[in-house]
Amino acid sequence: MQILFYLFAAVSILSALFVVAAKNPVNSVIALIVCFLSIAGHYILLNAQFLAVVHVIVYTGAIMVLFLFVIMLLNLNKSTEPQKSMATRIAAVIAGGLFLLTLLGAIKDGIGIADPDVYDGSVGLVKSVGTSLFTEYLLPFEVSSVLFLSAMIGAVMLGKKDTSPQPLSSGEGQNAADRA
Amino acid sequence: MNDIVTAIRTVPLEHYVMLSFVLFSIGMAGAMFRRNTIIVLMCLELMFNSVNLLLTAFSAHHGDPGGQVFVFFIMLVAAAEVTVGLAIVVMMKRNVDSVDINQLNRMRG
Repeated sequence: MQILFYLFAAVSILSALFVVAAKNPVNSVIALIVCFLSIAGHYILLNAQFLAVVHVIVYTGAIMVLFLFVIMLLNLNKSTEPQKSMATRIAAVIAGGLFLLTLLGAIKDGIGIADPDVYDGSVGLVKSVGTSLFTEYLLPFEVSSVLFLSAMIGAVMLGKKDTSPQPLSSGEGQNAADRA
Repeated sequence: MNDIVTAIRTVPLEHYVMLSFVLFSIGMAGAMFRRNTIIVLMCLELMFNSVNLLLTAFSAHHGDPGGQVFVFFIMLVAAAEVTVGLAIVVMMKRNVDSVDINQLNRMRG
């Protein structure tokens, strides 16, 4: 159990570092998928079975495929990769390290929260999470469907070709549309 | 059910907190480190996931399903955010023929 935790932790940290360090965006996506799978392993270790399944379906199944599709669509590879200057990179690493030090310093005396004595062992199973979702959190659940609708409409609006006449190259697109 | 509880508690909560701090810092440093907009979005996902892991760990250690419902909502919001973000990236590539995030400073008014 503990060995599994440290194994998954090492895998997730190393793959997260590789996401940032990889030159080719496709390698970054693959590393991020490995990272997400190890996080799903953490969820299983925590007995959060529902979340583990949803995480694999939503993140590795949907979001990362979307990332891969966009990278393939835009034909990104190592040669088109924009590079930052060395000074910015060093500053980014130092800032991240200092941020990590600050966070770790905040918990160096322990987090000060004791585990409760009475414990419900069914937390994290589909039944317990579903009951909570459809009773206590029913309104946010319904509202999130509106969020999805607006995100879908927004993505379609952003993604479709701009057919309005451009201020610089005026006329051509409009005439073609008129003839059609 | 009692053995599940003892099994969960063999790993102290502090270690989960430290792991998620490390992942969050990597994501934050990565968002500053890279210029490719898609990689920056991926670093945002990494930060989302470290927070999700922390919420789940607290929820499992305290026996409260509310934290896991929150993780579910965060996943929903992340999915919506990625859809719109990637649509913006595609539009950016079409208009300025680059995914360099510094190109976006043309938006400043």
